[in-house]
This record gives sequence, structure tokens and C-alpha cells, in this order.
Amino acid sequence: MIFDLAFIWAGLIAFAVLTYVILDGFDLGIGILFPFGRSDQDRDLMMNSVAPVWDGNETWLVLGGGGLFAVFPLAYAIVMPALYMPITLMLLALVFRGVSFEYRWRVSNKRVWDAAFFGGSLIAALCQGIALGALVQGIRIEGRAYAGGWFDWLTPFSVLTGVAVVIGYALLGATWLVLKTEGRIQMQMRGYSWWLGAATLGLIGIVSLLTPFQDPIYLQRWFNMPGSLFSVLVPLIMLGLSWSFLRGLNDQKDLQPFLSALGFFVVSFVGIGISFYPMMVPPTLTIQQAAAPESSLAFALVGAAILLPIILAYTVYAYWVFRGKIDPSQGYH
Amino acid sequence: MLDGFSAETLARAQFAFTVSFHIIFPAFSIGLASFLAVLNALWLRTGDRSYLTLFDYWKKIFAVAFGMGVVSGIVMSYQFGTNWSVFSDRAGPVIGPLMAYEVLSAFFLEAGFLGIMLFGRERVGDGLHMFATAMVAFGTLMSATWILSVNSWMQTPAGFSIAANGQFVPEDWWAIIFNPSFPYRLVHMVLAAFLTTSLVVGAVGAWHLLRDRTDPEARRMFSMAMWMAAIVTPIQIFAGDAHGLNTLEHQPAKVMAMEGHYDSHPDGAPLILFGIPNTAERRIDYAIEVPKLSSLILKHDLNAPLAGLDSVPQDEQPPVAIVFYSFRVMVGLGFAMLALGVGSLWLRVRGRLYDAPWLHRAAILMGPTGFVAVLAGWITTEVGRQPYTVYGLLRTGDSLAPVAAPAVVTSLIAFILVYFCVFGAGTIYILRMMNKRPATPRLGLRDGPIRTAGITPAPQVERDFIPDQGASK
Ligand code: HDD
Ligand code: HEM
Ligand code: HEM
Repeated sequence: MIFDLAFIWAGLIAFAVLTYVILDGFDLGIGILFPFGRSDQDRDLMMNSVAPVWDGNETWLVLGGGGLFAVFPLAYAIVMPALYMPITLMLLALVFRGVSFEYRWRVSNKRVWDAAFFGGSLIAALCQGIALGALVQGIRIEGRAYAGGWFDWLTPFSVLTGVAVVIGYALLGATWLVLKTEGRIQMQMRGYSWWLGAATLGLIGIVSLLTPFQDPIYLQRWFNMPGSLFSVLVPLIMLGLSWSFLRGLNDQKDLQPFLSALGFFVVSFVGIGISFYPMMVPPTLTIQQAAAPESSLAFALVGAAILLPIILAYTVYAYWVFRGKIDPSQGYH
Repeated sequence: MLDGFSAETLARAQFAFTVSFHIIFPAFSIGLASFLAVLNALWLRTGDRSYLTLFDYWKKIFAVAFGMGVVSGIVMSYQFGTNWSVFSDRAGPVIGPLMAYEVLSAFFLEAGFLGIMLFGRERVGDGLHMFATAMVAFGTLMSATWILSVNSWMQTPAGFSIAANGQFVPEDWWAIIFNPSFPYRLVHMVLAAFLTTSLVVGAVGAWHLLRDRTDPEARRMFSMAMWMAAIVTPIQIFAGDAHGLNTLEHQPAKVMAMEGHYDSHPDGAPLILFGIPNTAERRIDYAIEVPKLSSLILKHDLNAPLAGLDSVPQDEQPPVAIVFYSFRVMVGLGFAMLALGVGSLWLRVRGRLYDAPWLHRAAILMGPTGFVAVLAGWITTEVGRQPYTVYGLLRTGDSLAPVAAPAVVTSLIAFILVYFCVFGAGTIYILRMMNKRPATPRLGLRDGPIRTAGITPAPQVERDFIPDQGASK
């Protein structure tokens, strides 16, 4: 049956990860663009544009990991050791990046924490991309455990996906700043958006072309029903989004480029989902096999069904409170 | 430098290191979040500006501590998988959903309202701002509730069955969440967080009182903190005692290690106050003991027989020395806190609370002891339940992930370097902020005080203002 608990949960985890990617994506992107800020004031502004929301954004990462642990413990137990190095590196990078939001205001020489913010964001994004690439390539399993070595994750393909995610996040960051700032910074970021947009689309194209070579089964999934429906739809939607992105930049719209760039991520994510389905961890662990016992799935689902809508509501509210262009003189520091 | 150790030992060291760093921040931010909510409520209710000043002061310190808590916590939620994957696979169905509830009901609440609490007073108005502040405090308490339920289940598992594939399968969620040691552990830990915070607040207040005993904010926070210390410490000691009785029932070997009872005492066991555990000979050297007192405390009967570690198979015994010492550190500090609380009450009654430099010095000295007691308590709890991760059912040695020792060494060293640099720097910044008097309008070093507001007389500001050389923007 399609609509059993395991599949609902696979959908919810996917939703959490996607929400993480689009929310934390733009604030990691701000970090990646940090060295391009032209003055201390510009960098203050860039950081303040995400300071009230970054913590909430990152919590989706905890939900992705914690949720996997809760409802697909076997997948969690296999993926984490397989991606030991990139995950650990990502966590350390997030440490640097997370604290710089506060530390930066507590010292007279900000350069150290500027660098930590940039480096942390860059490495975290890179590791997330690498982890994605390694997952697409597939993870070797024996019994109920990971059976590969501790450098299996490092391949040209995973490095490529790493770079793609870095560039893509930078695009989200740039378009976010187009939305949240005005004047000189906004112009600068609009300029970057052109290049980053082109690079992101190019990289998405290359990764999509290379994916079937990682495992031929991916190709089959795209050319069988219902996958083949999407094979037509996905490129069409991508084209529409690109058009809207370019128009938005060209007409100096504030919101449109950001939303279109988010769209790139959503569509790519759906694409990955199609390639994976019905595997949880390619190439061999299915959603059903990885799922926790029914009683765990049901109990956790009650909480998710009640609490997720509430969370989404107050998240929207928090963004609403801090809506509009940011005022360069604000912040609480 | 760390080769020669097995992947298991290294993974344990890594878990112990990262979680010990992590718990320091929650211990502070749970208490501080509630303190901030109280300050804000008092300001709204009384209109007394000193509450607002204190709120703004501690808010900035809170932001730094909270940031460190978040990043060290995110590491924790992935450590289970990277280092303890077999444990994750088997215990995941039970503790995973509890942790998912923690994320959904606590972390999002904290994170969602934190921004409004820190930045939003002007934007949303006093009412909603108060609500946001209360939600942050509530979130930290929720988070403590869930994670302690998880930890307690690992100590005293209940409400499950074991499937053919080795997984623990939840049967009764109520029994799982409210497992036998959970209520005790929750009360003890939350009180510990409140105590820790009040000791820190008290120390900061005392520090400023020593400089200027008329400073109104310093007086206010010192007084509030000393009330907390005086009221909460006795409750905490009582809770700790009850917790110990509960542990005796469910994990007797742990209590034997805490008490240093290598041998059984058929007619009344002594309470060993101090001594040096001699692991080789299996006895306590140089023991200073009170005859029969242990039986009185644990069994409420002077002559009750008490079993010792000689009744437990060798391979089910926890390491004695660590547990023995850490337990004494915690209890010793508990009584020192009690002395501080009682001393402050005595002086308060005589109207000399703000004029007794020796009390202020003692409060400063006691400032960090809450953290030490919290760590000592956790070490007692966690080392005392070895060699199991799920007590009596899953051994630590069988919980390990299939990771290579070199990978764990590398990451362990990286964690140590990064944590000491990052959290060391954070601690310095916090201390620097604490060193400024509460009325300093801006605590960030590079921002000078704002004079335009007009309410702060310049000389008062001048004294604490550390001029900023670098970034005169
Ligand atoms: C008694 C309290 C307590 C204990 C024992 C733990 N934590 Fe914790 N944790 C908190 C109390 C807390 C908190 C008060 O809720 C924090 C501290 C600062 C903060 O941001 O929230 C937090 C933060 C925090 C975060 C970041 C949340 C966010 O993004 O906002 C994570 C992922 C964890 N913790 C996970 C863990 C794990 C996996 C633990 C066990 C090994 C653990 N915590 C022990
Ligand atoms: C937050 C305060 C905590 C501290 C300071 C702490 C400390 C420790 C220490 C020192 C050990 C090592 C024991 C040894 O190896 O001899 C340990 C083990 C362990 N703890 Fe905790 N602990 C805490 C909370 C928790 C919580 C909340 C959980 C579960 C959610 C947990 C899960 C574990 C596990 C799985 C081990 C076994 C691995 C090991 O032996 O190192 N701990 N802890
Ligand atoms: C002086 C009287 C105290 C007694 C008799 C006492 C007793 C205990 C006992 C028996 C345990 C071990 C629980 C287990 O078996 O797992 C424990 C754990 C702990 N203690 Fe204490 N304690 C005292 C004071 C304190 C103080 C003052 C603090 C901190 C401010 C503190 C913080 C902790 C913490 C954080 C733990 C680990 C968490 C837990 O298991 O609750 N204790 N305490």
C-alpha cells in the first residue's frame, strides 16, 4: 500500500530536509557571499538580515536528522557512519558559523569571526553537497551496517555536487539580499545573481546528466510510469522558472528572483526524490526496510501532525515580524 | 598520540567530551531563560526601570550562551549515528520519537521566538514580546523534559519488547516516557539549572557590589539570586536524596560505586565521607567513615543489611573511582551552596545583605560551582551505569558504530581543538560582558555607549566603557 505510515514519514522527512535546504540555504549563502561585502557596514547589514531567523532555519536540520533517527533508525545508523567525515566536518563548520552571529559583535577586530562565518558557511554547504552526491552514488551495506571504508564518500561526482550546492546557496543568498536591502548592496547582489543563476542552472544540468551514470536504475525510474510523466514536466518547469528568474532580475523586481531561485531547489529536490524512490538509502535499502516498528511511526506521527502546522504558523509569523527592507541602524547589539 | 586506544574507548571519549561541553550551556540557558521571563514580567508589572536594565543586560549574555548551546547540541544529535550506530539502530525506535518530540515541541519553540525576544520588542509591542520571552523559557524546559526522559529510559528501561532483529519495540509510550527514574532526574536537573544560574547571577551581582554597593541593579540581582540559592538548595538536596533512593532500587551497582561499598555489610553499612578507592585491592584506603549511617540514609534503619560490589559479577560493575569522587564533588558543592544560602538569609534578616564584603566574595567564589556540580552529577550518573548504554540490556561495547579508530581519533582531536577555541572565546566574551555594570547601555565592545538617550549620566558610563581602538566606524 502506498499510503502507509512509512511512506507518509518518508514524505515528511523529505519535507523537513527540503525546508531546511531552502531556509538555511539562503543564510548559508549570506555567509558564502560575506567576503564580497564591501565594508564593515555592508557585512553588518548582510548578517543582520538573517540574525533573527537563522536559528529557526537550522532547527530543520535537527528535525531532518532527529526525524530520521526516530522513524528510520536503520537508515540513520547506516548513513551516519558512511558519511562520518563530511557530517563531522559540517558540524564543526556549523559551530564556527553559528557562534559568529554573536561573537562578531563582541570584539574590536571582527576579522577573525568574519572569516569564521565565511569559512563555516562555505564548508557546511560543501559538505552537504558532498553528502548528497555520496548518497546518490549509493552506500554499501552488509547485514544491518555500513560496510564501506571511511573515504568512500570522496569522488569527483560528490565534489561536483558539493560545488553545485555552494553555488546554489550563494544564489539564494544573493537573491535574498536583493529582497532585503536597497541601494548599493542591492545593485551589487543583483549583479551577482545573474552569474550565480547561470552557474547554478549549468551545474544542475551537469549533475542531472551524470546521475544516471552513478546507477543505471535511476534512468529506468525516469522512463517508466509514473516517472516518465515527470521527465516531461521537470524540464518544462525548470524552463519556466528560469524565465521568471531572468525577468525578475531584468525588471528589478525584489521578490521574484528569490522565489524563482527557491523554485530551482524545489524542482531539483523533487527530481532526486524520483530517482531514489522507493529506496531510502540507494542502492538497496528500501523505505519499508528502514522503517521503525509501527508503534514508533504512529506515535511520532501524532506529534508531527499536531505540531508541524503550529511550527509553520509561528515560523511564518516570525518572518512576518521581520519583513521588509532591513534598517541599517537596527540590531540589538 | 591517541593510537593504541580502541575505537570504542575513543568513541566514548568523544561522546563524553562533546556532551560534557554541551550540558554546560543548557544548565545556564534553562535557568537564564526563566530568569529573563521573570525580569520582563516584573518590568511590565512594576514599571521599575532597573528590571528592564537587568533584562537587557542578561539578554545579551543569554544570546551568546544560547548560541553556544545550539551549535554544541546540533553536534549531539548526530553523534548517536556517527559513533553509536548499532545503538541507534536498536534503541532508535524507542528514543528516536522522544527526541523528535523534543525537536518539534521545544527546539522550534525556542528558535521561533528567540528572534522576537532578542530583536523584536519595538516591532511587536510589550505584550507579544512578553509572550515570546515566556515561550523561549518554556521551550528550554520542554527540551529538558524530553531529553531527560530519553536519558532516563536508557537508565531504567520500561514499556518495550525486543524484536527478532534486536530492535527495542515500543509497547507502552506512557511507561516509556514516565519510566521509573524520569521524575527524579527531571526535578533534580531542572533545579540544578536554576541553581547554577542563580549562582552565576549572584556572583555577577556581588562583583559589582564590591565595586559600588549602591549600584541599584547590582543590589537587585544579588538579592534575587540569594533568595533562589536559599530556597532552592535545600529542595535540591532533598531531591538528590530521593533520587539516590530511586537509584538504589533500580541500579544498585551504581549506588555501591557511589558509596564505595566494595564489600557487603550484613548488619549496617558505614557512610564513607572521604577516602581513596584502591581498585586493585578492592577497598577504600584512608576511609573516614560514620558507622551505620549509610544504612540509615538508604534504608532508614541503622542495622539494615546492604549488599556491596562483591555481590555483582565483575563484568557488570561500573568503574568505582570516578563515580566515588564525582559523587562527593557534587554533594560537597551542594552543601557549600546551602551554606551560602543560609549565610545570605542570616545577613538579610539583619539588614546587611549589601554591606558584607565577605559574603560577596563567597558568592563570587561560588559562581562557577553550579557547572562543576552539574558535570559531577552527570559523570556519576553516566559512568555509574556502565558497562551498559541501555541498562542491563545493551552493552556499551556492543553499541558501537563500524567506524575505524583513525577516523574517530581525527574527529576527536578536531572536536577538542574547535571546542576549546570557540567556547573558550565565548566564555571570555561573556566574562567581559559581565565585568561591565548592568547600566552600561551597550555591551558589545566596539559599540560605544549611546549618549543621545540622555538617561545615562556620562560619568557613570565612562567608568566601564572600554574604548575601542580598532573599529572606529
Ligand atoms: C537538561 C537539559 C539538556 C540535556 C541533558 C541535553 N540538552 Fe540539548 N539543549 C538543551 C537542553 C538539554 C536546551 C536548553 O534546550 C538547549 C541549550 C541551548 C539551546 O539552544 O537549547 C539545547 C540545545 C540542543 C540542540 C540545538 C537545538 C536548536 O537548534 O535550537 C540540539 C540538537 C540538542 N540540544 C540535542 C541534544 C542531545 C542529542 C542531547 C543528549 C545527548 C542533549 N541535547 C542533552
Ligand atoms: C547532558 C549531560 C550529560 C553528560 C555530562 C553526560 C556524560 C557522559 C559521560 C561522561 C559518559 C561516558 C561514560 C563512560 O564512558 O565511562 C556518557 C556516556 C553516555 N551517555 Fe551521557 N551524559 C549526559 C547526558 C546524556 C544524555 C541526555 C544522553 C542520551 C540522550 C546520554 C547518552 C549517553 C550514551 C549513549 C553514553 C554511552 C557512550 C559512552 O559510554 O560514552 N548522555 N555520558
Ligand atoms: C547535596 C545533595 C545532593 C545529592 C544527595 C545528590 C544526589 C544525586 C544522585 C544520587 C545522583 C545520581 C542519580 C543516578 O543514579 O543516576 C545525582 C545526579 C545528578 N546531580 Fe545531584 N545531588 C545533590 C546535589 C546536587 C547539586 C547541588 C547539583 C547541581 C547544582 C546536582 C546536579 C546533578 C546532576 C546534573 C545529576 C545528573 C542528572 C541526574 O541523574 O539527575 N546535584 N545527584
